Amino acid sequence: MGETPFLRMEGITKTFPGVVANDRVNLEVRHGEIHALLGENGAGKSTLMNVLYGLYQPNRGRILLEGRPVTIHSPEEAIRRGIGMVHQHFMLVPPLSVTENVILGLPGARGILLDRDQARQRIQEISHSYGLEVDPDAPVGALSVGVQQRVEIIKALYRGARLLILDEPTAVLTPQEIQGLFAVMRRLVADGHNAIVFISHKLDEVMAISDRVTVLRNGRDVATLETRETNKAELARLMVGREVLFRIEKPPAQPGPVVLEIQDLVVRDDRGVPAVRGLSLQVRQGEILGLAGVDGNGQRELAEAIAGLRIPEAGSIRIHGQDVTRLDAGDLLRFNLAYIPEDRQREGLVLDFTLSENFVAKRFRHPPFSARGFLRRPAILAFARRLIRRFDVRAPGPEVEARKLSGGNQQKVVLARELSQEPDLIISAQATRGLDVGAAEFVEQQMLAQRARGAAVLYISSELEEIFNLSDRIAVIHRGEIMGVVRPDQVTPEELGLMMAGIRRDDLSGSAALAQVPDPTQEEASS
Amino acid sequence: MSTQVRAAGMVRMVRWERWLHLLLPVLAILASFLVGSLFLWALGVDPVTAYSALVKGAFGNSRLATTTVLKSIPLIFAGLAVTLAYRGGVFNIGAEGQLYLGALFAVWAGTRLDLPFPGHLLVALALGILGGMIWGAIPGYLKATRDMNEIIVTILMNYIAIFTVSYFVHGPLKEEGWNTQTDAVAETARLPALWAGTRLHYGVVLALLCLVLVYVLLFHTTLGYRIRMVGANIHGARYAGIKTTWIMALAMALSGGLAGLAGAVELLGVQYRLIDNFSPGWGFDAIAVALVGRLNPIGVLIAALFFGALRNGANSMQTAVRVDVVVIYILQGLAIVFLIAGSSVDNRIRRWLDAWQA
Repeated sequence: MGETPFLRMEGITKTFPGVVANDRVNLEVRHGEIHALLGENGAGKSTLMNVLYGLYQPNRGRILLEGRPVTIHSPEEAIRRGIGMVHQHFMLVPPLSVTENVILGLPGARGILLDRDQARQRIQEISHSYGLEVDPDAPVGALSVGVQQRVEIIKALYRGARLLILDEPTAVLTPQEIQGLFAVMRRLVADGHNAIVFISHKLDEVMAISDRVTVLRNGRDVATLETRETNKAELARLMVGREVLFRIEKPPAQPGPVVLEIQDLVVRDDRGVPAVRGLSLQVRQGEILGLAGVDGNGQRELAEAIAGLRIPEAGSIRIHGQDVTRLDAGDLLRFNLAYIPEDRQREGLVLDFTLSENFVAKRFRHPPFSARGFLRRPAILAFARRLIRRFDVRAPGPEVEARKLSGGNQQKVVLARELSQEPDLIISAQATRGLDVGAAEFVEQQMLAQRARGAAVLYISSELEEIFNLSDRIAVIHRGEIMGVVRPDQVTPEELGLMMAGIRRDDLSGSAALAQVPDPTQEEASS
Repeated sequence: MSTQVRAAGMVRMVRWERWLHLLLPVLAILASFLVGSLFLWALGVDPVTAYSALVKGAFGNSRLATTTVLKSIPLIFAGLAVTLAYRGGVFNIGAEGQLYLGALFAVWAGTRLDLPFPGHLLVALALGILGGMIWGAIPGYLKATRDMNEIIVTILMNYIAIFTVSYFVHGPLKEEGWNTQTDAVAETARLPALWAGTRLHYGVVLALLCLVLVYVLLFHTTLGYRIRMVGANIHGARYAGIKTTWIMALAMALSGGLAGLAGAVELLGVQYRLIDNFSPGWGFDAIAVALVGRLNPIGVLIAALFFGALRNGANSMQTAVRVDVVVIYILQGLAIVFLIAGSSVDNRIRRWLDAWQA
């Protein structure tokens, strides 16, 4: 280990329309270290790494690799310089084998002919030396998410990566898979030649695996610390910029009759595997039921089944007592259901449509927006202007394409459309994902306002803090089953964590007595 | 930069873009001529002479200009057909086959029915639409209910249509005598001339009417809104409760109807007798027309006139400078290439503008 750090990024500034994603950010990574890059969604972590990986060019600042200034124009160049990146969304071709995926795009020793045998051998060497067990001949599509991630890591190592960027690698993993990944990470840096940048917004993981931490907040680096000299509370404060035990004040819930009732629901995912497995739950008028769980445990399929975008295999869904199990989204329009989908760009919006066109997506059939099959532009425009004002959407006007807005404002457009219809039932899936703190708080406030109005809210989120903030009751989902339903004041984050890892509420011993953390929902009647 | 200033900047940018949008096809056409002149020059031909012969041949006198318009009419109908389907997210490569079916139905009505003037014509036109519609609805239905790829189905159905027409031309509808052609359409079923002494017929009016109808349908009706939404983001459309498969099938059927009208109008207005291979590939050129016209009805009109003029002017160019008509295909191809290249430049300019706004 020399004096020169492996990587230095100095004064990196990167702007996007309307956003400064990185503002004079510095980062130093040493040989043989696991360096955590910690920050909330939208803090600029991914942008910084995309700059390093050659996907973006910084407006200002420079990058030094082993002391030498370099300019990285493309991922190919980054790879050539020994930088490898494993993205959150894997870049794999499902029908191809592990070996084929790994050598895809690489020139082979035999010209245009594939040299599978030699590649397979090297893949096995890499797997053995770092504990990345994987069958080189298995088609990637048949592998579990955790194993697919290993393939991505092997892909990077095969290309000679010595500095590995892992972008939120644990988001899709089970607790066991996370432990496996951490073991691999330690072996990777053990000989002091390699280094890992570990992007995360999860404090526990950062504390568990990293040697040093750089904290980003609102596009700036606020601190770089030795992990063993800091603690979760300090990191949390640095990351959020205020004390994290901040709670939204909310009046006590006044739950009314059951609005949504789900019984023994079974829903298959896109691959035909049951993702929701015999799930039952109820949401009442005027309450927020938080659905906590690690991403990919059936939340998406559940939400889509309720919203009529996925037909359940078995079980029933009732809204106001009426069976809606097999109705599609079009039929459900008359049930006054709002759905804030997980992927707003894919489902929530039509990016090439203007804001006004997006606002009426569910209402264009009705007066005053149309009459006898003809759209009535003036009414649509007036409606759009009203929503833009009411939901404080930052946009030049109603005729701008949704594509041109920032993520937070796009989400406001979705919220405006869904909530302005004064829905009886709201299904919200990861509504604050990718939003900055301000926009996320706006979303939370809107949910509380809807609850006060008497809506039933199913609030799906993988962010525990949010779940604690908003929920009147918390249900925990694991592998498509409910592990238990608890009141937020009767459970600790640790216990929720255990339930998210698949331990049933009934199997937790003496839970309430073990509560060590401050009561997460100091509810105060402030109405 | 304050939000207000940025907002003002964005409004400016939006105007800029509209302008760019209209300018691109024109620039692409000009660029195709420029690069085309290199080909001519390589062939030892003076490009200026060639192009002026081309323009003269297309618009030199009223008779030639009339021919240009006549050659554009099927392209307008079929271009609108492709546009409508494409807007709904379905790629209709089958306009050619739909056009054949439309012509066949119209000719059947025109030669086998005995009706008085406007009624006969209207029935023939309606049957032409119906023929194309059936031929469009089949792939639409298969896509909606069986998830079959509409590109493949429409391509293959083109062959069925072309050979079906061939069968009728050689068999049931063949006129008495040696020629493999149908009887001529009855006078009562023909599209009348716009005024005496011209070949320009009421198909022009019908084409412009369809253009307005397609525009209104797409941008001012709830059905058009649904069609565009399905085309722009099928997931978003499903989420909004739109029956996407049904909309795609409907868009395809309407598209087929328009293409069928292309064939019917050509037969009832110009050719009168159906023969083998009566279309020089209008259904395929229509795809280019729709793309060069940027899937906009007005753009389709401009592109159809451009393509019609090229085809018509080609003969004069051939006689004037003795180059083969295929040069026209080169120009056509170049225009499309430049348009696609232009779209990416367009995107880059937008990104520059974005960056500049930031």
